[in-house]
Amino acid sequence: MDYSFDINSLDDLYQEVILDHYQRPRNKGVLTNPDISSKGFNPFCGDEIILSIKLDSKGKTKCILFDGQGCSISQASASMLTELLSNKNLDELKSISYSFRAMMRGESLSSGEMSLIEGLEVLEGVRKFPIRIKCALLAWAALEDGIEEYSVKVLKKEP
Amino acid sequence: MLDIKAIRKDFPILSRTVYGKPLVYLDNAATSQKPSSVIETITNYYQNYNSNVHRGVHALSMEATEHYEAAREKVANFIGAPDSTCLIFVRGTTEGINLVASSWAIPNLGPGDEILLSEMEHHSNLIPWQRVAQITGAVLKFIPVTEEGVLDLENLSALINNRTKLVSVTHVSNVLGTINPVKELARKAHNVGALIMLDAAQSVPHMPVNVQDLECDFLAFSSHKMLGPTGIGGLYVRPSVLKTMQPFQSGGEMVKEVTFTSASWNDHPFQFEAGTPSISASIGLGAAVDYLQSIGMDEVRNHEMAITQYALEELKHLSEDFIFYGPNDISIRGGAISFYSDLVHPHDLGTILDQEGIAIRTGHHCAMPLVRERLKVSATARASFYIYNTESEVDQLVKALKKATRIFTNAYKKNI
Ligand SMILES: Cc1ncc(COP(=O)(O)O)c(C=O)c1O
Repeated sequence: MDYSFDINSLDDLYQEVILDHYQRPRNKGVLTNPDISSKGFNPFCGDEIILSIKLDSKGKTKCILFDGQGCSISQASASMLTELLSNKNLDELKSISYSFRAMMRGESLSSGEMSLIEGLEVLEGVRKFPIRIKCALLAWAALEDGIEEYSVKVLKKEP
Repeated sequence: MLDIKAIRKDFPILSRTVYGKPLVYLDNAATSQKPSSVIETITNYYQNYNSNVHRGVHALSMEATEHYEAAREKVANFIGAPDSTCLIFVRGTTEGINLVASSWAIPNLGPGDEILLSEMEHHSNLIPWQRVAQITGAVLKFIPVTEEGVLDLENLSALINNRTKLVSVTHVSNVLGTINPVKELARKAHNVGALIMLDAAQSVPHMPVNVQDLECDFLAFSSHKMLGPTGIGGLYVRPSVLKTMQPFQSGGEMVKEVTFTSASWNDHPFQFEAGTPSISASIGLGAAVDYLQSIGMDEVRNHEMAITQYALEELKHLSEDFIFYGPNDISIRGGAISFYSDLVHPHDLGTILDQEGIAIRTGHHCAMPLVRERLKVSATARASFYIYNTESEVDQLVKALKKATRIFTNAYKKNI
């Protein structure tokens, strides 16, 4: 592993947009009667994200809130998730989540995939801090778990 | 006064750089660095007398056994044990506590018996007792922690009662730095016929510890936090208690006579050391003890008190967002300082400091109930000192924390 990063990598990590989402989180709270609710917890650092999602009659996201505590990266990523994912169906949510994961793994994305995760590119700087990638993915892992649980319990799909 | 410059030369790792900056190692409560003498002792074993212990008649095995048992003597003497037969080599503090849980607590405790812990325990002095409670029906009780971060002894006479069979507490907290009044607890425990176990992971490396003076029955510690290698540690058991204990793991080394259907147990401590032990690590721990004794544990403690005092004063110059945990009275605190800022989350502090070459720990420090339910935060940042740390390193810590504050404050101003 190469530990000789360039000086600018802290700026890559703490981009203005990220700190903005951290300090002024969007859609923060918990829904009382969510269709999907899920919790992500990182035992390594104690970061916690709770997602609650309400779907409309067509199965599209009507309202997404997040709650939780933790570092700037985990909280900003969750806040950005709630903004990006409004008015999408479950398959779209999954595609976005997988594309985001692929970007964080350093895979090259098609232009279609890039457009799915528009706005999340600012989190790519986290890749220079491998230990922090988990922080960026925490909310997304919670999202995937929540969709999985909803599919099995409510939609009765095979897991 | 310690000659810190000379001491630093003994630790090869301290001359390395991280991201082009000199390493400032302030994560000593997690694990300490190792002096050349320890590294060379381990190499010497593998290069010159590597062999199994207690079983060969050949020269190498006899040499290895001699060094291995000499290490046990040194370690036993270091903690003031009456002799070396009551010092069991274990993998570390965690295994020491698990050994007591399996070999003493499970055979001896039953429904309604009480185990008294404190709210500031490391998971390794909590989870083994949760399991003992599940298996035996014993009940866990906790000594509360005050706002100041010390044990609240107000209701101690109710907490230590006729049902109490074991008190198990940390000697020094790895989160708060607090040095607990364990001798007082030992007396109270013994008054009701209970035994006392001390988690000494954070005390044995940093201050003079004498098991007979502390009047404890069990005491566990880890080599890797006291300049020695990983994979080894010590468990002291009072001789009269040792005789009553059941085996821990079973197999070779821990037996005397074996038939197809039965076995008789070896003498202690060997009865508790099944299998080939960590020979190189034990001998390395012996070398670490030699090193600490050549400095003197009073000197070690004095240096840490001075640098902790200095750090507490300097850290006050940070912005008011910072909260510091643990007692202010330096006489009852060791060299670990935990802190938290709402502005810059501990995890972010850790990353920003890392870029400056400064290693600190962030998270719940394996004391999740204390951090989440008492300090009421999801994580803290922790700087912890040892004999090679300097005031100039504290200055660098403060400077880097100010930088972190600046990054987040500037953003904050833009964002409101
Ligand atoms: C207070 C305390 N107890 C127990 C432990 C566990 O030690 P080990 O992991 O070496 O078994 C630690 C260290 O992490 C500690 O600080």
